[in-house]
Amino acid sequence: MKRLHVVLLATALSIAGLALFAYKVAALGFPLLPDARIETWRVEIQLRFVADGRPVKARLMLPVLDPGFTVVDQSFASPGYGVTLSADSSRPAAVYSIREARGEQVLYYRAVIHRNLAPSEASAPSVPATGDAPVAAVPQLGGAELAAAKSIVEAAQRQASDAETLAGLIIKRLKEARPGDEADFLLGYQPSTARIAQVGLMLLRLAGVPARLVRGLPLLPERRDAHFVRWIEVYGEGEWHTVHLLETKPPAARDVLTWWRGAGPIVAVTGAQDVAHSVAVSRSYEFALEGVVREGRRLERKLVEFSLFGLPLQTQSVFHSLMVIPIGILLLVILRNVVGVKTFGTFMPVLIALSFRQTQLAWGLVFFGIVLAAGLTVRFYFERLRLLLVPRLAAVVIVVILIMAALSLVSHRLAFDRGLSIGLFPIVILTMTIERMTITWEELGAGEALQQAAGSLAVAALCYGVMNLPIVDHLAFVFPELLLIVLAILLLLGRYSGYRLVELWRFRKALKG
Amino acid sequence: MIGAFSQAARLRAAGILGINCRNARYTLVHNPRSLYGLVDDKLATKKLAADAGISVPDLYGVIEIQRQVRELPDLVSGYEDFVIKPAKGSQGEGILVVTGRARGLYRLADGQLMDAAALCYHVSTILSGVYSLGGQPDRAMIEYRIRFDPVFEALSYRGVPDIRIIVFVGVPVMAMVRLPTRLSHGKANLHQGAIGAGVDMATGRTLDAVWRGERIGEHPDTGERVHGVAIPGWPDLLRMAARCYELTGLGYLGADIVLDRERGPMILELNARPGLAIQIANGAGLRRRLQRVERERARLTGIDERVAFALSEFAAVGAC
Repeated sequence: MKRLHVVLLATALSIAGLALFAYKVAALGFPLLPDARIETWRVEIQLRFVADGRPVKARLMLPVLDPGFTVVDQSFASPGYGVTLSADSSRPAAVYSIREARGEQVLYYRAVIHRNLAPSEASAPSVPATGDAPVAAVPQLGGAELAAAKSIVEAAQRQASDAETLAGLIIKRLKEARPGDEADFLLGYQPSTARIAQVGLMLLRLAGVPARLVRGLPLLPERRDAHFVRWIEVYGEGEWHTVHLLETKPPAARDVLTWWRGAGPIVAVTGAQDVAHSVAVSRSYEFALEGVVREGRRLERKLVEFSLFGLPLQTQSVFHSLMVIPIGILLLVILRNVVGVKTFGTFMPVLIALSFRQTQLAWGLVFFGIVLAAGLTVRFYFERLRLLLVPRLAAVVIVVILIMAALSLVSHRLAFDRGLSIGLFPIVILTMTIERMTITWEELGAGEALQQAAGSLAVAALCYGVMNLPIVDHLAFVFPELLLIVLAILLLLGRYSGYRLVELWRFRKALKG
Repeated sequence: MIGAFSQAARLRAAGILGINCRNARYTLVHNPRSLYGLVDDKLATKKLAADAGISVPDLYGVIEIQRQVRELPDLVSGYEDFVIKPAKGSQGEGILVVTGRARGLYRLADGQLMDAAALCYHVSTILSGVYSLGGQPDRAMIEYRIRFDPVFEALSYRGVPDIRIIVFVGVPVMAMVRLPTRLSHGKANLHQGAIGAGVDMATGRTLDAVWRGERIGEHPDTGERVHGVAIPGWPDLLRMAARCYELTGLGYLGADIVLDRERGPMILELNARPGLAIQIANGAGLRRRLQRVERERARLTGIDERVAFALSEFAAVGAC
């Protein structure tokens, strides 16, 4: 009777999960494979400032028209604020305004960005000029600076064939500045890229070439704290040419979204103080939304908005980790109840596997081994001090934290940054593992303790392997309803009363003859 | 893979009970969670059994809070030998057997000497819950040390041999004798290195034995033959075990009985999740016997019928 109940429940859950899954794939076009996606990014700018009761106006630069990309959707989350878009199409901006605001204010700008198809990108490598041909404003310079600037410009002009090569030569000269020469004099001590751009623009204008500063956002797969990069555009032969400031082109130059041109900052706020902004970028699958929006299907749009993609980007990356946990747990249950592997603590291997996602497997195992070995040593010493359980556990927690801090410091000193992620190891789980291992060691001997530790680590490594498969990560995040099927399998496993694999071996002696 | 399936089929044919099956079909069904407390806490079991007139080792004292630990030497001063146990311990862990005194120190079962401070520390660890399930705070009980019956004298290396009887809805279905070895440090738990010898339910004579997963004929430390030893008063032991069903209400339980040379059989503890190694010791599966009891359950109402059923139906196959 109970068996039937469980089977029916599991079937219902599986059907519900599969039906939603099939609908999302077939009707909404969610991609089944991680690489089947069209490149789409979500960009989120968070603007924070403290208002003191005066009218506030915040002007945020918006992405300009970029031939490589299209802004599919943008939204302005601004409780109480009015938002107006500036009419100037060459310098698009959003103006958030409010009559009176007090205390900390948080405003959001979110955009969904698509890469345009390749042909248009290939046919338009440079930016077409808009309106009349620009005129370079001649900069005002003092005597010594003017002399130095002129010397650099004249040297470059002797080699340059057009505006683009001239700009390239000037930038190269600035980057190769040696102490005491003209370039060094203009740039000052240890110039930043920003300073090189500023001086480069000034020199180009001096040479009579119209030039402007451009800021763009590198579109990386997952970036919580993204920074804008800058480059220069010069005008010649009727169009604008791009001149990069970095030695090499940015890692994926085609994945840089042009955001705004000109010298000003991305955001200007009046009537408030402590202005700060942060930018997050993530690659996502919003194209499904676009299709739905285009066809004006409301219900589906709601469904997409209600999926995990509707969450803020930072939360999304948390759920990327959370959604694969059930997969690891399913594997763990199979290993424990069907295979019969012994581990320390019920879910310890899954949590360890989760932290391996940050450290990578090999280093995760090494760090885990070091913390465990050091922790065990201290724990065996504590045993001789005859401490009571709870204070002893607390002492081990502190020791574990100290070991982790020491490991991080040592690996940082060795310029080995992977060691820093060790801070993500679950401290309490580690402590309980150390405690259980000590007791097993004393009661059943070192062999059994090491065997169980090895078993736990092997299970953790296996869970890591499965949880880290791109397809698993993708399916679990894009189709959370598949977890209903995982739940159904777990319910059925809960009624599994067959032999465990290790029992086949264990009970062989019970068979006579 | 094929090998695994055919091995599973062979085990099934022999009626071997797996741990998943034990949990799903027996302990989960026949042992209500609320009754676990009666057997997980040995003090509760002891009181229950003593009230029902079942013989148990005398309780000398209980230490419940850290403050009382210092009273331990006074508490035991009147006894030459005694046993300290965690009330909620499992699998024989945390048990300390004191067999005598020497130069103001306590002599343990394995010959080691321990001073009063070490003894007190051991009791503190018990109180803090190191040996209890789930690490919950525990109590330490000090009780009578069994002077075991000479029947197993030659088959035990220190420690106390005990008899484990599995009782299903009041019917004893399988039994084994657990003999301590040097490896098990005098403990009677199979996974700690004790010997498990199967028992013919019809006669109470020992069958073959297993030690560390291997079939053996002689005790590894004493060299005595394990096979064919008759347990005295076997029907009384079965009756004692069978009564534990009414006592606790647990449908599937393991009763651990010791034979004291003066006081006869005593219930040492009860277990609501008895292990499955008993099948290896007996070279027989539990499943078939459990199913037979399930079929005949209706007519097995009185304790006499149940014991008679066990004596007549579960004779060892091919026992000599």
